Amino acid sequence: MNEMNQYRGYEPVIGLEVHCELDTATKMFCGCSNSFGDVPNTNICPVCLALPGSLPVVNSTAVEYAARIGIALHCKVQPSIFHRKNYFYPDMPKDYQISQYDEPINVDGWLDLPMSGVRIGIERAHMEEDTGKTTHMGGGGRIHDSAYSLVDYNRAGVPLIEIVSRPDIHSAEQAREYVSELRMILVSIGVSKARMEEGSLRVDANVSVRPIGSDTLGTRCEVKNLNSLRSLTRAIEYEIVRQVELLETGEAVVQQTRHWDEAGGMTIALRSKEEAHDYRYFAEPDLVRVDLGDERIDQIAAELPDTPEKRRMRLMEVIQSVESLPSDSVGDVGYDNAAVSDGTDTRQPNRVGNVITVVEMGLDHLVIAALEGGVTADRALSRTLNEAAARIEDADKLDPAAYTKLLMMEQDGKLTATQAKAVLQSMMDGGGDPELIASTMGFEAMDSSEMMDIVAGIVRDHPDEWRRYKNGEAKLAQFFVGQAMKITRGKANGREVISMLDQIKQ
Amino acid sequence: MTVRRGFTTTGWAATLAAMIRNGEVSAREVSSRYLDAITELNPSLNAFTTTTVESALEQAEQVDRLVARGEDPGPLCGIPVAVKDNLCTRGIPTTCSSRMLDGWCPPYSATVVEALRQAGAVILGKTNMDEFAMGSSTETSVYGVTHNPYNLERVPGGSSGGSAAAVASGMAVVALGSDTGGSIRQPASLCGVVGMKPTYGTVSRFGLIAFASSLDQVGPFGRSVQDVALAYSVIAGYDSMDSTSLKVSFDGHSRFLQLDDSNISTRGVGNTLKGRLDGERASSAVAVAGRTTGTVQVGSRDLGIYTDEVLNAPVDGIRVGILKEISDSIAPDVHRRVMEAAEALATLGARVDEVSIPELSYALPAYYLIAPAEASSNLARYDGIRYGLRVEDEDVVSMMSATRSSGFGSEVKRRIMLGTYALSAGYYDAYYGQAQRVRTVLIEAFLRAYNDFDVLIGATAPTTAFGLGEKIGDPLTMYMSDVCTIPSNLAGHPSISVPYGTGDDGLPVGVQVLAPALGEPVMFSVAATLERVAPELQPPKLYHDGSLYYKNAYLQEADR
Repeated sequence: MNEMNQYRGYEPVIGLEVHCELDTATKMFCGCSNSFGDVPNTNICPVCLALPGSLPVVNSTAVEYAARIGIALHCKVQPSIFHRKNYFYPDMPKDYQISQYDEPINVDGWLDLPMSGVRIGIERAHMEEDTGKTTHMGGGGRIHDSAYSLVDYNRAGVPLIEIVSRPDIHSAEQAREYVSELRMILVSIGVSKARMEEGSLRVDANVSVRPIGSDTLGTRCEVKNLNSLRSLTRAIEYEIVRQVELLETGEAVVQQTRHWDEAGGMTIALRSKEEAHDYRYFAEPDLVRVDLGDERIDQIAAELPDTPEKRRMRLMEVIQSVESLPSDSVGDVGYDNAAVSDGTDTRQPNRVGNVITVVEMGLDHLVIAALEGGVTADRALSRTLNEAAARIEDADKLDPAAYTKLLMMEQDGKLTATQAKAVLQSMMDGGGDPELIASTMGFEAMDSSEMMDIVAGIVRDHPDEWRRYKNGEAKLAQFFVGQAMKITRGKANGREVISMLDQIKQ
Repeated sequence: MTVRRGFTTTGWAATLAAMIRNGEVSAREVSSRYLDAITELNPSLNAFTTTTVESALEQAEQVDRLVARGEDPGPLCGIPVAVKDNLCTRGIPTTCSSRMLDGWCPPYSATVVEALRQAGAVILGKTNMDEFAMGSSTETSVYGVTHNPYNLERVPGGSSGGSAAAVASGMAVVALGSDTGGSIRQPASLCGVVGMKPTYGTVSRFGLIAFASSLDQVGPFGRSVQDVALAYSVIAGYDSMDSTSLKVSFDGHSRFLQLDDSNISTRGVGNTLKGRLDGERASSAVAVAGRTTGTVQVGSRDLGIYTDEVLNAPVDGIRVGILKEISDSIAPDVHRRVMEAAEALATLGARVDEVSIPELSYALPAYYLIAPAEASSNLARYDGIRYGLRVEDEDVVSMMSATRSSGFGSEVKRRIMLGTYALSAGYYDAYYGQAQRVRTVLIEAFLRAYNDFDVLIGATAPTTAFGLGEKIGDPLTMYMSDVCTIPSNLAGHPSISVPYGTGDDGLPVGVQVLAPALGEPVMFSVAATLERVAPELQPPKLYHDGSLYYKNAYLQEADR
């Protein structure tokens, strides 16, 4: 369906604020351990409890991680200062949050969505600290009617990066794609576990709608409590429809903060603009300007692990060189979706999808090794995406050289597909040389004259099927291959069997 | 000089430390005498809110053990000290003289408190103060007012009134205070002792309960410039726990006792050091300007040469500016003393001239926007959740509200309201933003003045000690008490108050010496000179037998 007509002539405009906990050893402003799931209130000290007289000291690793994020998101990484964001809340020990305001560390970047190829602007990615965690006991778990509340300050002071997109997102699906790609970037550059289910990646969505063709932004609502990609897309979808319906019935959208109710499948108003906090920002006098310096930033950039975008490009390049495809038919993955949508090469959309998936699973190094070792792209992608991906933790430990060797053995007919898969499982169980494993399993390549006898025998024993196959019922090839597999207990090479059938036919 | 001279409770820090170090008197005996003085005098002065008799005697005995083993316990060997009650002391109540923190014992000690202990000092107790250091008279304390040792009907000044009164009355040799807008210098002036606010960033704020973070600085009180310089050299130094701490290097105990700079010229210490520090001055001045803070990388420097040579350095050739704006707003008897001090310096060869810094007139209003703004945020943490007072109520929000309503006194609430307003959306630019711009302008004006002058002098306080209750009902008049001291806090510059005779009422007058950032050496040189030439100040007559007696150590040396 055409997206433009999906919402009765309205276009959704979405900006996302993503909070990401940095995976540093210690907290943002003190030496307490930064770890998830410990016994409550065990990782605390005078600083993160805001005892009188305590002072913050910036965690330099957190600053470097922030710079990595900035570089990966093509931001300008600049000298920055901290501000205090003042508001009272029981789980915020100082009753102000140390954050960044008008001079954040990262500004003006972008992120390209790999499938849809849309470029989303990044307004800023700034440093701040997390709050503690309050559990409201009784009264439905909300602060207002609870009997009492328990606060765990282990999370108070954990380093956070808030990544603010520009309102360049125009569908729930794009929002999902953005968060998914951002998550992959954060994990691959080693700065965060970015687990939505653990709260180390949290998303707020600013949603508005406007008539298609309009340049002005509609009144927005901020939707909170989006704890999974599923709730993100559902909440945005709900919110778009809610706003369109309001406008269609002549009502106005009220600027609000809204809470996503996962069970009820709806957003609920939390507070309006008038009730919004006045955070009384001012420059944090306990901290000084943070300036990594150009030299250090260059060094961080040079040492930055490849982003998914770079890895996809690299994988595509290798595939392209193996298949000798003209470069313009491949396109630059993540930069230009023309090649995938113009339909000139039907294999390409699939290739792009495969490449995205392989990189997402972190198995691109295996595919590249295989391709460079002479394995065809189809075989390398298929074995990786099917067999290896099914056991991703084990696949990650595979020796790329051994993996390549296995795939070459299969390609050279030394192993049948079935045998190759069995050897691969064994390699993922405990590693080892594929040749050795194959011989231990008794997978010796069959002598081809012996194989010819077996195939001829199958043809003799199944005259009906043979007649139909000869008359052009090509799919019966699988029947003969299956019979050959049965007789040889999997040692037969399917492709060899088919070529032998062809020889007999002639 | 007789060995036991002045040793009742009136020893000077360096002399007394040397006596203890040499085994002439035990640290335990010294501390006992001081604790006896507290027992006798504190009921009428209310300078201490907590005394730590047991741990003080333990510390003193530890010092004696080290001495017996032939080890040096440190530059403050056995020296009894008092600590303002906004400095965290592990296991000892630290209350800011507020109901909010009544009985609260921190699990850690301030860096400066640790430094005192490591230097061999004996901590006698915690001193009274205006609640959360907000006040100029020590009248806003929840534990009652502190009385001026010179006249029990007068205020000791504030907010560090307890520390000033403790030193003035001989209940401690030196004391620590904190100075946000004059809270060390003004009470020092009113109580007739020496009090110093260091260059912002040279003394760690870790463990100092914040009032206004960009202005707060810990500093010492003493009965002589030498005592103050010694205590300063102990507490100053880089602290990785305080991000605004300057990287200034010191070299252990020798920093006070030994001179390590062979470049001291005949022109005087001040000018030589000025030349050395000039290059860094601008950047550190910017570093203390708050909003325009630069990356603090001052590098290695040795400020720790407060030797006899520094304190005895001649002032001839030193350029002294009499601050016109400060002179304009003070009482005639106080002004007369300032002019006498200036003349004395001129007689000794200093080049004295009047200097006008018109921008100073904006300092007070700027301060009363910046300090309350930062305070409104710093004091938000007292919410009844984790420590201190909690007043139960039906839900968490009303509990927080009830706790803060009940825990804070009216002056604290007034400043929280002022500060909250100054930072509010729509008012920020007109108030807080404008005040920060004034601050930058003021720093630039000071830097221009320091092109022509090495130090500036003026009164420390507009008047001598005023009466208890006289100004407490009129906040604006009370705020004016800090008009002479506030500029140094806004600029982050060092400043010291030295007693210089008395006013018409016979009460002490203090003269203030201001220096540029990191200009402590020249500041101490001029202050020590003033101390030598100052009219003799009789000690407060607190004992029936009049045994409490002290005067300038150097004069005593000369008398011998």
